[in-house]
Amino acid sequence: MALTTYVEAIKQGIWEEMESDERVFVLGEDVGIYGGAFKVTAGMLEKFGELRVIDTPISESAIVGAAIGAALMGMRPVAEMQFADFISCAFDQITNFAAKCRYRWGAGVPIVVRGPSGGGVHGGPFHSQNPEMYFVHTPGLKVVCPSTAYDAKGLIKAAIRDPDPVIYFEHKFLYRRIKEELPTEDYIVPIGKAAIRRKGTDISVITYGAMVYTALDAAKELEKEGIELEVLDLRSLLPFDKEAVLDSVKRTNKVILLHEDTEIGGFAGELAAVISEEAFEYLDGPIRRITAPNTPVPYSPPLEEFFLPKVADVMRVARELNAY
Amino acid sequence: MADTKVIMPQMGESIFEGTITKWLKKTGDHVERDEPLFEISTDKVDSEIPAPASGTVKEILVKEGQTVQINTVVAVIGDGAAKPAEAPAAPAAKPEVKTGPAESKPGVAAGPTDAAPAAKEQARPEPAVHLGERGEQRSSPLVRRIARENNISLNTLAGRGTGINGRITKRDILSFIEQGAPAPASAPAPAAAAPAAPKPAAPAPMTFTGDVERVPMTNMRKSIAEHMVHSRHTSAHVTTFFEVDVTNLLKIREKLKPEFERSGVKLTVTPFFVQAAVTAIKKFPIINSSVDGDAIVYKRAINVGIAVNVESGLIVPVVKHAEEKNLLGIARAINDLGERARTKKLTPDDVRDGTFTITNPGQYGGLIGTPIINQPQVAIMGMGGIKKRAAVIDDAIAIRSMIILSLSFDHRVIDGAAADQFMADVQQQLENWAV
Repeated sequence: MALTTYVEAIKQGIWEEMESDERVFVLGEDVGIYGGAFKVTAGMLEKFGELRVIDTPISESAIVGAAIGAALMGMRPVAEMQFADFISCAFDQITNFAAKCRYRWGAGVPIVVRGPSGGGVHGGPFHSQNPEMYFVHTPGLKVVCPSTAYDAKGLIKAAIRDPDPVIYFEHKFLYRRIKEELPTEDYIVPIGKAAIRRKGTDISVITYGAMVYTALDAAKELEKEGIELEVLDLRSLLPFDKEAVLDSVKRTNKVILLHEDTEIGGFAGELAAVISEEAFEYLDGPIRRITAPNTPVPYSPPLEEFFLPKVADVMRVARELNAY
Repeated sequence: MADTKVIMPQMGESIFEGTITKWLKKTGDHVERDEPLFEISTDKVDSEIPAPASGTVKEILVKEGQTVQINTVVAVIGDGAAKPAEAPAAPAAKPEVKTGPAESKPGVAAGPTDAAPAAKEQARPEPAVHLGERGEQRSSPLVRRIARENNISLNTLAGRGTGINGRITKRDILSFIEQGAPAPASAPAPAAAAPAAPKPAAPAPMTFTGDVERVPMTNMRKSIAEHMVHSRHTSAHVTTFFEVDVTNLLKIREKLKPEFERSGVKLTVTPFFVQAAVTAIKKFPIINSSVDGDAIVYKRAINVGIAVNVESGLIVPVVKHAEEKNLLGIARAINDLGERARTKKLTPDDVRDGTFTITNPGQYGGLIGTPIINQPQVAIMGMGGIKKRAAVIDDAIAIRSMIILSLSFDHRVIDGAAADQFMADVQQQLENWAV
C-alpha cells in the first residue's frame, strides 16, 4: 500500500471527519482556493464547498474568535494558523475565552486550532517557533504535538472529536520527510497517551515532535557503544502521560529531557520537577535537559544549525550520563 | 546570630500534630541550648523538648493546651544578650542536660529519633558522625534506596564505585548484591557507626504512582501499628501449633448453655480456653511473665486479655484475676468486656495489666494464625476455626470437631519445651473436660 506523508495524514484526518460529521468545517488564511500554505486543505473546497472551507482575512484573532462562536452554536471548527508563530495574535481568544468558557459558564468550546510549528527549514524567527508552552500553561486547553504520520492523523481526529479546545502543533520539518503506511479503517490516537518509540535499558530520552527522530538517530549510534536509549514520545503535552514518564524513568534510572523549544520555561523543566518529586529515589544520575538555547530562532542557516538540538548533543549528554 | 524559630517536632512516624502541655520558660527567660523548653503530648509520646539554641525566649506563639501540626513555629528564641549559641561544649559541661532527642516514655517506641529537627539544624556540624552514618561514598538517590532496602552500608562499597569521581552507580551496587553482599554486621564498621543505635529500617517510601486516597490513621490504628512493630523488634517470636479435639467440649457447652443463660451469660467456647490456659499457666508460670532488663518478672495474677474486633481496629480488654474465677465468672467477664468494647464503654483499666492474651484468628474460618505477642507479655494463644474433620481414633476414622491452637512465645524466656508442655496441658484439659 502507498505510504502516507505526515502532512497528508493530517489532511486525511480532517477530510474523514468532515465526511462523517457535517458540523466539522475548516477556516483560515488561504485554506480554500489556494489549499493552504502547506496544502493541508488542498481539494477540500471542491469537495465540501465554500460553506465548510472558509477563506478568512489575515487576522488570527478573528479566525479563532469565529471558530469559538461557531463551536458555541454547535459546530466543530478546525482553524488553521498559517504558521503557528502567529497564534500569538489569537492568544486572548484562546487563553481567555476558549480555555475558560467551560469553567465560567459550563459551555465547552470544541475547536481545534492547528498550525505548523518548529524549525529546521530556515524559516527565521517568525516562521520557526515552538509556541506550545504558552498553551501548556493554560488550564482548560489540550495541547498535542504529533511526530508520526499515524499520530498526526489519529490525533487530529481525536482533537476534532474532543469536547474542549485542542491546540494541535504540526512540525513542518516532518511534513514531507515522514511517511508510513496507515490503516484504512477509522482510528484515533487518544490525547494524553505517550508512546515508546524505542525500548532501552540505560537512559530514557523523553521528547516530542521532530526531536523524536533526533533521539532515535542518537540511539542508533549509541547502541554501537553499548548504551541503550529508551525513546519516549510524549505526543500530548497537556495532559501529558505522567504514568509513562515515571514508568520509563523507574526502569532506566537516568533521564534526558529533549525538546526543540527553548530552555527556560520549556516542557523539560516541568518534567524534571515531576520526576524529582515522584521518582527521586529511582534516579541514578542528574536529570539532564537538551533544548534550544534561550534566543529567538536564528535566520542564518549555520546559526540555526547551532541553535537546534542535534544528534551529537544527545550522544554527548548520554555518554556523560552513562558514565555518571 | 539571628533569631531561632522553635518548631513542633515530629515525634514519630505517622504523627502529624502535637499538643503543648506546658511551657517551662516564659517570654523573656534565658534558655540554654538543649535545656528543656516545653512539654508536648502526642498520640504516642509525651516528651520534654529541648531548646534548639541558647538565647532569650522572645515570643511564645502557641499556648498551653493548643494542638498544632508538626513543623509549626511555636516560639522564637532571640540571641539578645545571651551567650552565643556556639558556646563550646555546653552539653559536656552540664551533664544534667539531655543532649539527645527528647526522652520518650518507656515502653513506647519513639520512632525516628529526630525529635527536634530545629535543634539539629542549629547544632554545630559534626561531620564525622553525619558523614559516617551515610557513608562518605558518592552515590545517587537510587543507589541509596537500593542500599537501604538491602541493608547494605555504602561504606562497604568504598573504592568500588565506577562512576565519575568514584561514584557508586546502580550497576556497582547491583553487581555487589549479585555477588553476595556480606552481612552488614560483618562489614568493617566505620568508627562513626558505633553510636548509631540499632533501629528499625526506615519504611520503604510510598512509590505507587497511580491515583490514591490518603487517609490519616486513627489513633487506634497508629497505636496498633506501633505496638505490632515494637513487639516484633522486642521478642524472639516462635510459634507452636497443637490440634485439639473439641467434640466433647462442644457437647458440654451445649449442656451448660441453658444453665448459663439463666445466669444471664451467653456461653461461647472462649471461656473454656481461657480457663484451660489459666490452669496450665499455674503449672508453667513462665508463660505469665515479662522481661525486665536482665530479670524475669513473674506475675501472681493471671489477667487474660481477649482480642476483640471493633469497627476501628482491635482492642484487648482483660479478664482480671482469671485464676480466681470459675467458668461462669470467666464467661460473664468476657461477655461484659466484649459488649463494652463494641459499645466503646471500656475504661482504661479494662485494657491494662494483661499477663497473657488469647486471640481468635479462626473467627472468620481461618485455619490458624501466628499471633504477635502483646508486649510486655511473653506469650499469646491463637484459636483457629473449629471444623469437623476426619480423625483417627483407635485406628478408626471418626468425624470429630477439631481446632488448631497456636502459641506464639518469646524465646528469650520460654523455650520450646516449656511452651509445648504448656500447650499439651491445655490440650489435655480441653479434650478431657470434666463438668
